[in-house]
Amino acid sequence: MITPAQREQLLDAHRRNDYEQLLGIIPYARLIGIECNRIGDELLFRLPASPDNVGNPLLPALHGGVIAGFMELAAALHLLIFTDTGRVPLIIDFSIDYLRAGLLRDTYARCQLWRQGKRVANVAITAWQGDEAQPIATARAHFKIEEGSRP
Amino acid sequence: MADGELFQRAERFLSVLRHCQLLGMRVECAQAQGMTLCLPHGPAIVGNPETGVVHGGALTTLMDTTCGMATLCVLPRFEVCPTLDLRIDYMHPAEAGKDIFGFAACYRVTRDVIFTRGFAYQDNPQSPIAHVVGTFMRLGSPKVTAR
Repeated sequence: MITPAQREQLLDAHRRNDYEQLLGIIPYARLIGIECNRIGDELLFRLPASPDNVGNPLLPALHGGVIAGFMELAAALHLLIFTDTGRVPLIIDFSIDYLRAGLLRDTYARCQLWRQGKRVANVAITAWQGDEAQPIATARAHFKIEEGSRP
Repeated sequence: MADGELFQRAERFLSVLRHCQLLGMRVECAQAQGMTLCLPHGPAIVGNPETGVVHGGALTTLMDTTCGMATLCVLPRFEVCPTLDLRIDYMHPAEAGKDIFGFAACYRVTRDVIFTRGFAYQDNPQSPIAHVVGTFMRLGSPKVTAR
């Protein structure tokens, strides 16, 4: 459940463009080091390069699971901010295409909410490193939400 | 390949994956029929602080690694096999405070591509938390360079 006080806290973080406290309460978010920034009305997620996130020692490259986790987390946060869901979005399914190796450098992600129903939302996520036009991965996910529970 | 040798190869492989070491993942079982890895429960991988349930990202890391390592069960020599795609369907939420196991097997091996599928479970493999399919690209064996 998201209480009205928590909803207000979320919207306040969004207004101030300061999501650190919000991300700080999610242990997995701290583990991989995800950051969030509002640019205009949009959210841009960043995963700073970290040797702890490496899964291919040869290149080296980020673990595909970390890239997926970063994108799933970005999608859930996007839903928390841009829908009035009365619950923390619950993942139903997640599908990811890996297009290029994610090298040991900063990774960015942007989300697109394609459809928001009363109970289910469909989100597409794109992740890139140097050039947004050359994504390292694209993903899409369905989440269970509870629309319209704002008092 | 004997299962004992396969288990050792699997442990060696997993030991150099830094993020998997960070999560404390270990090889549970390595057989010709498939690979089983364990993701121990820990406070650092929790996604929802109110329920204590593990974040999907940690589960995806477990299943990407398990599906990728299932290729060790079918390839005579080690080959680099990056993930092409992965899909996870969540059957029910994981229970907080319990280890998660991932099982995966290869169901089709072609010259260029390996198709894998598997599932994640806690107590009961008959009642998985998630079903997974993943496709991997074969890049061949790393070239031995003359020194």
